[in-house]
Amino acid sequence: MTAATVLLWSVTAAQVMLVVAMGCYTYRLIRGPRAQDRVLSLDAMYVTAMLLVLTTGIRTGSAIYFEGALIIAVLGFVSSIALAKFLMRGEVIE
Amino acid sequence: MTGAADLPAWAALLTAFLVLVGAGLTLAGAIGNLRFGSFFERVHAPTLGSSWGTGAMVLASMLCFSVLGSRPVVHEILIGIFITVTTPVTLMLLARATIYRDRSEGSERVPPRTVMRLPRRGEPNEDAGDTPS
Repeated sequence: MTAATVLLWSVTAAQVMLVVAMGCYTYRLIRGPRAQDRVLSLDAMYVTAMLLVLTTGIRTGSAIYFEGALIIAVLGFVSSIALAKFLMRGEVIE
Repeated sequence: MTGAADLPAWAALLTAFLVLVGAGLTLAGAIGNLRFGSFFERVHAPTLGSSWGTGAMVLASMLCFSVLGSRPVVHEILIGIFITVTTPVTLMLLARATIYRDRSEGSERVPPRTVMRLPRRGEPNEDAGDTPS
């Protein structure tokens, strides 16, 4: 078993674990008793999706996935802030 | 698996370890988010993924691409800095919104807002031990 095989299998296992984590957050997003639980799990899902894209970048060895991960991180921050502001005030921009 | 097969053994093993640590921490945070009872406990769990889950994955990516390109590649640190800066902002805003919503519903789970009032000039200060006249 060479080191490249170990890397391939561990990257695959990491991708499966991240997908399971996104499944947990999806369950909380659907079941979540209140709106703030849903916003929290959406924010965590953005982070997990960003990690999944980063892992895909390691797997393929191409640097183009980095930009996708950065864009997902920025969009996740802006949308979570907007949703939290909406829960607080009832408006996003006042 | 085209690019990452060219890695030397030590870099491949270290990258594999860091990737597994990052994904494992993120999964632990997700399971914690599923199992905790109240929102204020639940808000702690996903930070496991956004602190060292992201940190380990960013380190793995930096190591992999630095060794592949034979030059230091550090632009992944942008993601790490950005997540580190923005996650507390989001979660504190969300927790404050939750406290506000719980208070306005009269929930028993949050402490009531305590009103602190400074004594006006000439008024006896009861906190300092003055007896009200």
